[in-house]
Amino acid sequence: MSDADPRRIDGVSAMSVLRRGIAASPELRVGMPQTVVMAMMVAGGKLVIPLLIQAVMDLSITSDGVHMGRAAAMCIGATVLVVGSIQLGKLTYFRLVRTAEDVLLGLRVRTFEHLHRLSLAEHTALRKGVLTARVTSDVETLTQFAQWGAIAWIINSVQIVIVLAIMAVYSWQLTIVVLVLHLPLVPILKWMQSRQLTAYEELRTRVSDTLGVVSESVHGVEVVRAYGHREPMRRRVRDAIDAQFSQQMVAARYFSLILPLSDVFGISAIAAVVGAGVWWGDAWGVSSGELVAFVFLCNLLVAPISELGEVLDQTQTALAGWWKILDVLDTEVDLVDPVVPVPLPVGALAVRMQAVEFQYRTGGRVLHGIDVEVAAGASVAVVGETGSGKTTFARLLARLADPTGGQVLVGGVDLRDASPGDRRRCIRMVPQDGFLFDASIAENVAYGRVGATDDEVTAAVDALGLTAWVEGLSDGMQTRVGERGEGLSVGERQLVALARAQLADPGLLVLDEATSAVDPETETTLERAMERLAAGRTTVSVAHRLSTAERSDLVLVFDAGLIAESGPHDQLVHRGGIYSGLYASWLGGTRHEV
Amino acid sequence: MSTDSERPALSDTTTRVGHAVPESVLRRGGRLVWRSLRMHPWAHGAGIMGANVFALAVVGFTVVIGRITDEVIVPGLDGDGVSRQSLLGAVAAVMAVGLIRAVSIMVRRWFNMLATARTQRTWRRAVTDRFLDVPLAFHQRRPAGQLLAHADADVEVATTMLKPLAFSLSVIVLAVASLVSLLMVHVLFAAVAVVMFPTLTLLNRRFTRMVEAPAAEGQEAVGVLSGIAHESLDGALVVKTLGREGAEVERFSDAARVLRGHRLTVGGLRSRYAPLYYSLPQLGIIVLLLAGVWLVDGGSVTIGDVVRAMSLFSILTLPMEILGYLFQEMPRSVVAMDRIDGVIAEPTETQSKLEPEAGSSRRANEIRRPVVVEFEAVGFAHVDGMEVLADLNLRLEPAESVALVGATGSGKSTLVSLLAGLVPPTSGEVRIDGRATTTLGPEGVSGSVATVLQETFLFADTVRANLTLGHDVGDGELVAALDAAAASGFVAELDEGLDTVLGERGVTLSGGQRQRLAIARALLRRPAVLVLDDATSAVDPVIEAGILAVLRRPFDGDNQVDRPTLLVVAHRLATIRLADRVLFLDGGRIAASGTHDELLELDAYAALAHAYELASSDSTVGDQAGGYG
Repeated sequence: MSDADPRRIDGVSAMSVLRRGIAASPELRVGMPQTVVMAMMVAGGKLVIPLLIQAVMDLSITSDGVHMGRAAAMCIGATVLVVGSIQLGKLTYFRLVRTAEDVLLGLRVRTFEHLHRLSLAEHTALRKGVLTARVTSDVETLTQFAQWGAIAWIINSVQIVIVLAIMAVYSWQLTIVVLVLHLPLVPILKWMQSRQLTAYEELRTRVSDTLGVVSESVHGVEVVRAYGHREPMRRRVRDAIDAQFSQQMVAARYFSLILPLSDVFGISAIAAVVGAGVWWGDAWGVSSGELVAFVFLCNLLVAPISELGEVLDQTQTALAGWWKILDVLDTEVDLVDPVVPVPLPVGALAVRMQAVEFQYRTGGRVLHGIDVEVAAGASVAVVGETGSGKTTFARLLARLADPTGGQVLVGGVDLRDASPGDRRRCIRMVPQDGFLFDASIAENVAYGRVGATDDEVTAAVDALGLTAWVEGLSDGMQTRVGERGEGLSVGERQLVALARAQLADPGLLVLDEATSAVDPETETTLERAMERLAAGRTTVSVAHRLSTAERSDLVLVFDAGLIAESGPHDQLVHRGGIYSGLYASWLGGTRHEV
Repeated sequence: MSTDSERPALSDTTTRVGHAVPESVLRRGGRLVWRSLRMHPWAHGAGIMGANVFALAVVGFTVVIGRITDEVIVPGLDGDGVSRQSLLGAVAAVMAVGLIRAVSIMVRRWFNMLATARTQRTWRRAVTDRFLDVPLAFHQRRPAGQLLAHADADVEVATTMLKPLAFSLSVIVLAVASLVSLLMVHVLFAAVAVVMFPTLTLLNRRFTRMVEAPAAEGQEAVGVLSGIAHESLDGALVVKTLGREGAEVERFSDAARVLRGHRLTVGGLRSRYAPLYYSLPQLGIIVLLLAGVWLVDGGSVTIGDVVRAMSLFSILTLPMEILGYLFQEMPRSVVAMDRIDGVIAEPTETQSKLEPEAGSSRRANEIRRPVVVEFEAVGFAHVDGMEVLADLNLRLEPAESVALVGATGSGKSTLVSLLAGLVPPTSGEVRIDGRATTTLGPEGVSGSVATVLQETFLFADTVRANLTLGHDVGDGELVAALDAAAASGFVAELDEGLDTVLGERGVTLSGGQRQRLAIARALLRRPAVLVLDDATSAVDPVIEAGILAVLRRPFDGDNQVDRPTLLVVAHRLATIRLADRVLFLDGGRIAASGTHDELLELDAYAALAHAYELASSDSTVGDQAGGYG
């Protein structure tokens, strides 16, 4: 496979992909021998006609007159064979489709499941998009291949082999002539294919370039208008469209050459067969019937070869996609459940980290040695600049990843030993982005605890003082929030997420505060809800609000993967260190007495 | 450019294609083809000619094979042999016809591709041009993703029908030539063909009709599955913390199974059709053969004639399939074409009729002329009737700094859009320097008013290009604007300074940095009026105060007149307090105007100010880049 394309894989042959793919999908092996035999018989069915022609010409139209009876008998026999092959073809085709769909279903579900199990330390925004593509578009590419290309490979390969076999039976000399004339086709086709692939690759880039420019013209339409930038934008768009067009025509060059090229070889083969066959036919023992049949057989040879040539591109893309899917399936799941699960204590949980280090699989070290103790029921604010390690710290607390060094103990139990059920119940993380499912508010809150009743859901909402807000919405608790909660504002999504956490009633709450500006009206409600939620449990907040840090029992200041300062707000603010610097900048120009 | 003379029925339907009335689809398909033919007649013509030569060469080849059988093969092997000359002649004939056939394929494919690509280019240009020329309201009504689909996917799908066009048209020639060839041999052969051709076509049509519905359902299922995967993996964190992996996997499996079901239905239909379709010509050949033997016996035809007929039948399937493909793609292409036409038919906004130079030389204000902004009885209602502004009156004096305050959804951003001339008022008039914005158009208004919007938009281009927007601006001036916007610091720290490329393929700036660049961009235009619509929300309050202080200072010298009029939409008390005057937007009109302290007398205003106060004291840490800590 060429390495010009990032979607291809270097140094991996088609055979190794097949081997690995077959190993990963047991569905492929089910009934495979029978299917192959059936495919052979179907391909054989196509050869009835040349055989019939040969038989009729040689046995029925002979020098001693025409034998109608014989011809009729052979024709009836051939009809039976053709009808039989039609029926067999139906069965075989369906078997192939069903096998393909079973394989795809298995791959889809297993990959999806695996993605969820992978440690979330891997899930940066970019990676997430790439990984999702495995389950969706990569499998789709494989689907298209399965629907056409895979079946084409099987049937055409079988057909080529059988045709050559029959040719050899008629006249091995002529078969050699045919092979010799078709041989140069193979390297030529491969060469043209790879040039065509490169051309299509470039075309794909141009297409995405055009989309990019058009997208800018659309997303930035206000700026374009407001700044009188219309004509330059128009020129840019046209240039992109033109560039795409010229590349299309470059690719068209190969597209229009490949088939005719195969055709020419096919024709020369027929010409050579006729010439050699007639000249040396008597010496080689070739009858006229056999020669005519040979010509028909040549046609049956060219067709599959050209079809395979056309399917080569799709094949390479599919194989590359398959390989990448297999890669995902083989990625280790590093969050292993404990062999002997240890239960977590009830109520507010104490937290302790001992010499905790964390490093990404891709190499970046984020935490360099964290030691901290938090009493049960305390509220902790974690502050620091972007990249200081505070969010990773929070994730380790919820065991979204395991530390690469040291221990994380919650309620006195190492998180790696804690029973998963207890962990999910007792430790809750409310992430930054307020992600909600496309359902009603009530349903989203209910996700907080399996088997929660409607009363419990309303009680949770009420406990945080959110009833007034919910009632102000169009459908109250039944208001649908839209995909990812986009029907609500960012602040409102957080409110729902908080209610969900309230329902779960965890002993340890990990809160990753939203950074985007929340509209002031929701801000007060949010504040109050967070205060109420924090009561009676240990709360660790990755703080972006000044008031959160002021209110907490303990402030942890992160800097470059270490805890630089720790202590209550009052102490730290006068120390003249990082925290007092942060505090001062927050204060500057914002405090006013009304 | 696509024609304006034809206005096909703009049916923005989403009817399932399998149920479209075949008659109108055919007519619309025909019209699509006709439009493309008229736009690019030579390319299409060459392609069609190539296709027809191909059809004739195909038939010709069968004739050649037939004659070779009679004159060379049979005598050569069964008879007394043939001369070297005849044999060479036969070989030459095969090669010649074969070469003609191959070349004609090349011509057909190349020119058909050319015609299709040119058509795509024309329609893409038409659509994207329209995007640039329609009133802003058009864009506000449609999500960006949909517009992109028009420019790309719809054009692709609309032209899918054109790809098999040349070949399909040549099928007619093929059919006629085949019939003629067969008739010349014997009417019996022609009879078998007359039965065979239509049967194949009907079979093909029947299959494509039956498979359309499950195929469409399959595509929908793919979309649903993709949606579930995206949502689930996007919220993987939440799924994990809620322990809902099992439920999610089940949800996904169910959807995947539904997809499989549809695909199996399609596969089942195809498995019943394909073997039959491909084998039917074979049955036809058997009949031909039997009939042929009988006729040979009677002496009316030769063996070669029979071979000729049989060769013809064995190449029938592909052309029928191509024709079938054309009809299969037609419904989809036609629907996509309607969508494209929907865009092209949109009326453009009237360009500025007054002062043609106002738009082109946006830097006409070398010395900033003081300009008065007036809103007179301005009303604005959305397309769906929802009224946002009503009977709004205001006047901005030159060089004054005004803060615009109002609750969320009170219409502040609408007011800004009206001021920038981006949308026309539904009633009343907005005047810049005495001229209505509706006459000036956004280009004309942009000569005097520079707007920095809430959503900062930067192009995927260099910092310099984003600032200058193609105009000729000296670096000195760029730096001065960056300084005023408190942006020169971080720009200097970028790897390539002003030449650093921004965007997906370049550097990603934080929210506050983007906003400051946008402010610098606006300042470069030396506007008479500068509007900041919540344009510093992500900027640290200290930095923001600095920027505003600079803006309220004059640019060149201490000439008071040189200061732009500032209209700031703000949520921070600090910002509001910096203004000369505050406009309180409530109930779709300016409820009050005065200093901040004066307005505190109003209950509604005081309540809002209190909310802002609370929010301010918990101000978020400035210039967050977002992401992981």
